[in-house]
Amino acid sequence: MSKRKPYTRELPSDWWMKQLFYTKYMIREGSSVFITLYSLILAWGVLRLSQGEVAFNGWMASLQNPLMIILHLIALALALYHTITWFSLAPKAVDLWIKGKRLDDKVIISGHYATFIIATILCLLIITL
Amino acid sequence: MSKPVETGQIIDIDILRYRPEEDKKPFTQTFEVPYTEDMSILEALQHIKDHLDSTISFRWSCRMAICGSCGLMVNGVPKLGCKAFLRDYYPKKISLEPLANFPIERDLVVVMDDFIKKLEEIKPYIIPEKTGDKKCLSEGPHKQTPEQMAKYKQFSMCINCGLCYAACPQYGLDNKFTGPAALALLARYNRDSRDFGEAQRMKIVNQEEGVWGCTFVGYCSVVCPKGVDPAAAIQLLKVESSKDYLIGMFKPE
Repeated sequence: MSKRKPYTRELPSDWWMKQLFYTKYMIREGSSVFITLYSLILAWGVLRLSQGEVAFNGWMASLQNPLMIILHLIALALALYHTITWFSLAPKAVDLWIKGKRLDDKVIISGHYATFIIATILCLLIITL
Repeated sequence: MSKPVETGQIIDIDILRYRPEEDKKPFTQTFEVPYTEDMSILEALQHIKDHLDSTISFRWSCRMAICGSCGLMVNGVPKLGCKAFLRDYYPKKISLEPLANFPIERDLVVVMDDFIKKLEEIKPYIIPEKTGDKKCLSEGPHKQTPEQMAKYKQFSMCINCGLCYAACPQYGLDNKFTGPAALALLARYNRDSRDFGEAQRMKIVNQEEGVWGCTFVGYCSVVCPKGVDPAAAIQLLKVESSKDYLIGMFKPE
């Protein structure tokens, strides 16, 4: 008779707290919650804009609330964190070969940052001009 | 072999033990091992088995990171026992546990059947263009340029040690996920210029349990002792899977 009795360990619900790498991953994934909130607030603003000047100014005034400012600062910090970590992972999903050699990781990462900077400048120009 | 210098220094090693005949659940046992700078974790385990407790079980073979047998958790991180050294932990305690996300067979030995089954499932062999259309031996070998080889070589370096499965929380949460090493091996064959099995393997890739079970934690690539980078293999397969889906929308089978 077999004496085998394999023991299965349970994955504790706080598995992501025990290893810094997992914690960073969960922050990256968790950033989506705040970015969703940010998008909803922005979408609400667009809706208010369609309802006329008074409605839009009301929305603008609600953004002055300290809680709203804190929420936006958190969303900004998490969005930047997501961007930086995502860019550093980008080479893993890119498979570009030039003259028989795989494109260097650094080139792919700097390409992402360059696009990010150009897009940011263009957006700032559209808003300010 | 020259005898290591006896320094009189001692390092404490905690080992998670499980003896299926007598234990209901695993327990920790501490061993005092004489410390030398060049001693690997595997050698420490061998010292324990030879001098302190002969009942302890662990897998090992080559001692040089080729066979992939001695994977275990060192302070919660999946490592090969032969490739991790006491000097990187001394004078702190070391805790050894069997590879995470696998059932424990006994002490540091895990049940890897599910992993082996997944490796077999992804058709890890070269599939010729058409069955019955195989190239005759007299026609000579299949030729491949260094560039064609470079496309898959990295993904072919896997030694099936299972560290990436122990590092993957997605596999830990739901072991239906095909997992890092099997998907990297799948990418290895799909990217081989001599292989024509991509259409067959894409059926495995496209599933929820295929590449889409991966949320790009990326720890598999960090712990891989051979630089295979399974996370990259999976992301590249996700690109292929997306292309497959888009083409499928316009081209009914």
